[in-house]
Amino acid sequence: MFYREAGQFKTSYAADMAVFPLREDRIGLAAILLVAAVAIPLFGSGFLLNVVMIPFLIFALAAIGLNILVGYTGLLSLGTAGFMGVGAYACYKLTSAFPGVNIVVWVLASGLFSSAVGVLFGLPSLRIKGFYLAVATLAAQFFLSWCFIRIPWLVNYNISGAIEVPTRTLFGVPVTGPNAAPETRYLVVLAIVVLLTWVASNLVHGRIGRMWMAVRDMDLAAELIGIRLLPTKLLAFAVSSYFCGVAGALLVFLWYGSAEPDVFGIDQSFLILFMVIIGGLGSLLGSFLGAGLIYLLPIGLRAVLPALGIDVQPSTVEHLQFLIVGSLIIGFLIAEPHGLARLWQTVKQKLRVWPFPY
Amino acid sequence: MLKRAIALGLAAATLAGSPLPASAQEGIYVPLFTYRTGPFSGSGIFIANGMRDYLTMLNERDGGIGGVKLLIEECETGYDTKKGVECYEAVKDKRPVMVNPWSTGITLPLIPKAAVDKIPVLSMAYGLSASADGSRFPWIFNPPNTYWDGLAMIIKYIAEQEGGLDKLKGKKIGYIYLDAGFGKEPIPLFEQLAKDYGFELKMYPVAGTEMQNQSSQWLGVRRDRPDYMVMYGWGAMNPTAIKEAVKINYPMSKFLSVWWPSEDDARGAGPGAKGFKTLNWHAVGTNFPALQDIIKHVVDTGKSQSPKDQVGQVLYNRGVYNSMLIAEGIAQAQKITGKKMVTGEDVRRGLEGLDLSAARLKELGFEGFADPIKLSCTDHNGHKAAFMQEWDGAKWAKVTQPIEPMADKVKPLLEAAANDYVEKNTGWPKRTEPCDKSS
Repeated sequence: MFYREAGQFKTSYAADMAVFPLREDRIGLAAILLVAAVAIPLFGSGFLLNVVMIPFLIFALAAIGLNILVGYTGLLSLGTAGFMGVGAYACYKLTSAFPGVNIVVWVLASGLFSSAVGVLFGLPSLRIKGFYLAVATLAAQFFLSWCFIRIPWLVNYNISGAIEVPTRTLFGVPVTGPNAAPETRYLVVLAIVVLLTWVASNLVHGRIGRMWMAVRDMDLAAELIGIRLLPTKLLAFAVSSYFCGVAGALLVFLWYGSAEPDVFGIDQSFLILFMVIIGGLGSLLGSFLGAGLIYLLPIGLRAVLPALGIDVQPSTVEHLQFLIVGSLIIGFLIAEPHGLARLWQTVKQKLRVWPFPY
Repeated sequence: MLKRAIALGLAAATLAGSPLPASAQEGIYVPLFTYRTGPFSGSGIFIANGMRDYLTMLNERDGGIGGVKLLIEECETGYDTKKGVECYEAVKDKRPVMVNPWSTGITLPLIPKAAVDKIPVLSMAYGLSASADGSRFPWIFNPPNTYWDGLAMIIKYIAEQEGGLDKLKGKKIGYIYLDAGFGKEPIPLFEQLAKDYGFELKMYPVAGTEMQNQSSQWLGVRRDRPDYMVMYGWGAMNPTAIKEAVKINYPMSKFLSVWWPSEDDARGAGPGAKGFKTLNWHAVGTNFPALQDIIKHVVDTGKSQSPKDQVGQVLYNRGVYNSMLIAEGIAQAQKITGKKMVTGEDVRRGLEGLDLSAARLKELGFEGFADPIKLSCTDHNGHKAAFMQEWDGAKWAKVTQPIEPMADKVKPLLEAAANDYVEKNTGWPKRTEPCDKSS
């Protein structure tokens, strides 16, 4: 009923191959974008923007990055936070060396540095697979964290060892630093995330995406049909690290405003891996859903429990969060191993035939 | 299906629409950033209880400060910078009169925000040492002394043992520290002092994730055999380091720490920990009228989360000291402005006018609890002396008179660091806040 495709005729191949073939989906997407770009900055409180939306979008971007590697190309990586850190530190060095250049340019450029590092650590992926590759990327994570702590040049010899984000403006409006309004920062993050999601969508639905998926499904077969494995895998590492790097730069510059090296620790890598697994491997929508569930659930719990009149200590809420999030993850994995994206597919199918299921 | 969809929708609606717990009554809102969970809770629980209990006691005994109730709300940070920033954003709109981050990592991102949001930051003896300079950091307060002062006092103590600062030449001093903003803070001064006095500095960083596994660092200590060990640790790092030191038979009387280890940290290492020393600037125990009031009004009435035997321990009393500064800042703000309901701007002035004289301490029920302290518009720290206390196997015992920090060494570095900070953060606002006459 809600998803009735009767009457929607496709008259060209392009229409048939569109990412969103159903009109309902297109309307829904437009509505979501409209709400995100207009309603939320207009009516949202500082808390909603700063604590809910900005981090959610940034984590979703990082999850997309990891999903390209794990979900689309089938290469398991535990170095996500390290690659995010490369982006953040690169952006910091670039903007301190060239303060006149627009910060958005540097945020987007910092991903390239992360890409280069990603390619370097992706080199072993031709020879090693599965768990062994995971261990190799874990080494990348530890090596990069070590660099962030040990190389004072990266933080301009700041004695606290932390990045302190300076104020930078875009068209005269501050976008980073303490004076930046949450609305401005949110809109910049939203614009970058939407743009990069669109790029990712085009990549995974095109020739390159098919190459990645062929490698994921069976690399021997992929090689036999003429896909060169090394460039394909390295491209996946490069693109994935680019997304993670941009997410890392956004994280520090548009959310925290300052960062210690432990922000890019191994926990962060696992967190993003969980987002990808819960959200759905090989799905862009899943990256958003996974980031939403893992990041927003604790915040929701913290807000909901006291609102329901359950007066609990903040530390108890913290313990409860671990319990609830943990059991939800297990529950989701049992009920729907393919993640939230698959769940949404099922719901969509049900909605299509509702109210006369067969 | 429909039912489920409606249920889901309802759940989503409650989730989206539920407002955050708002402060319903009128009062002065004092959020406390605490950590009762995670690897740092071993230190954090004492601090949280001490801070909360003193403020609760003021509410119970006096009905708040100047007749206005204090609205106390804890926010759990887990010593995690991310969660701390989240806590800050969550409390910001409720007009807090000040924040106490209780983590150097959380303090750093809040420093530039403080002036914009008009919320003073009280980072008591932690955070950015350079923020002691009130003319450049009007919104940040870090009394009663900085990590640099702490290090200077430790070095002075060592020199005293050796018979003079000139006797430090050729000595080897080890520095074991938490490899985070906090532990790195004193390194520039340490290196400077090593150069000036000619001792050799050996560094043993402990990563935050490796706090409970320090065998490689202590292996290094055993190899290098430093004459003295200095520690800047927190949370699970302290008990582990003390245990390891006992294990390798390091002479405990030469193992000195900044002011953060608790009784439990030392007790865990067994009788071998006797002789371990830390700095401190306030008394331990409950032999003070204010602490007796806490026991009477808060602990005995079941309003505290602290077991009675932990009241008066060193970190509990440190929490109490922190809350005393909060309360005094608010009281001073009320005095300066003549208003009952003070704001963050007023409390900033109150903290600048903070004057805890011996008479005032007595009035508050803290006679002999700590040295008098007075802040001013330019000095947000006080650079007060601290004394060494020694673990005697059951409790901390004061073993020295207060040791004055080396102002001649610390001041120029402080000045340089503050300048450096301002220079690096282009567009750092000049101080526009006027200075009150009284201070």
